[in-house]
Amino acid sequence: MDRLIMTFVVGVLALGASPGSQAHAFLDHASPPVGSSVPAAPPVVTLWFTQDLEPAFSSVTVTNEAGQRVDLGKAQIPPGSPAEVQIGLKPLAGGTYLVSWHVVSVDTHPTEGTFTFEIKP
Amino acid sequence: MLSLYTDARARFALAAVLTVMQASSALAHGWAGERFFPATILTDDPFVADEISLPQVSLQPPAPDASQLTNIEIDLLGALRTMGQYQLFIDGPHQALGLLGLNVTWGHTGRAAVGAPNFTTLSPTFDFGKGFGDIPRSLTFLRPFAITGNLGFDFPTQATTAGVPNPNNFSYGFAFEYSFPYLECCVKDVGLRAPFNQLIPPVEVAFTTPISRAPANQTIGTIQPGIIWAGSYFQIGAEAIIPANRLTGHGYGGVVQLHFYLDDLFPRSIGKPVSEWW
Repeated sequence: MDRLIMTFVVGVLALGASPGSQAHAFLDHASPPVGSSVPAAPPVVTLWFTQDLEPAFSSVTVTNEAGQRVDLGKAQIPPGSPAEVQIGLKPLAGGTYLVSWHVVSVDTHPTEGTFTFEIKP
Repeated sequence: MLSLYTDARARFALAAVLTVMQASSALAHGWAGERFFPATILTDDPFVADEISLPQVSLQPPAPDASQLTNIEIDLLGALRTMGQYQLFIDGPHQALGLLGLNVTWGHTGRAAVGAPNFTTLSPTFDFGKGFGDIPRSLTFLRPFAITGNLGFDFPTQATTAGVPNPNNFSYGFAFEYSFPYLECCVKDVGLRAPFNQLIPPVEVAFTTPISRAPANQTIGTIQPGIIWAGSYFQIGAEAIIPANRLTGHGYGGVVQLHFYLDDLFPRSIGKPVSEWW
């Protein structure tokens, strides 16, 4: 029985590692970091995820404390970095900004999240 | 014998999961908005999911008569259990979920040697979950907290077995959890990286109270603090088992569980809800 169980587990793990199976994309880290305070306005927000993303269905917006968008529009997935998404920013003053992201991993699992960063000149 | 693991133990699997859910992959297991809820070990999860525990190993605390039980539980060896579940709601912005279920543990379908019953039990349940990510952002380190819980009844279809009554039970349990993944993704990057940014420490409590065919004051329950590591395709959890009262036992036990997310492993086959198979 132990051998049967081990065979099943190994089989499941092997299938899990195959190109046919993916999973939800978790945010691994960001720049500026989640919840951070930075001394200068960043020109771009970059998010790194744990899974490759589907560009057509992945978006990022950045808003100021008044709820106005301060990003430059469409988020981009850099060539060769399918798990990374970037969005350019307008010149920003001091204050707190909200980053909202909604991404879809390449197997169509969606995830979303928000975080803030603060500019303290 | 009363079982504290009625819900969590038989997260069967494969053809046994009769899942009724709305047809949308966006409702895949464990998510409400930006909140990920892991599969808890002791209490049931508030979301429709295709998952399997393989195996779950536990050392129960010594019983009042000083006997102690070691379990190696494999979903496939216990009684066949079907779960009809309906996701009542998923409120993403408020990280809230509600689920109604009717679980059936079928008699004569498992090995009696591992405790499978010779009678069928019907168990209607209500499960819920709530993450606290929507509280004011100024309460930074409270936002990763979440609570899940379940309320349910067990109605055996056979009043006695070999002269021993099979009571109707009221079961209730809660899981309080702190999500490091949520802390890192949506609150504050405190510098945790894999594997520590995937840890979710829970404290679970669960009680079962007979409501008929049993003497009064027969409530039993456990308190189970532990740790869960949640990956993309599976999770590993370990919890201490502490009896909540003397009737449950004394001393300490423990449980370890390896748990697979079938809907992520097999999104196009057995990981899909039955309602999407055709």
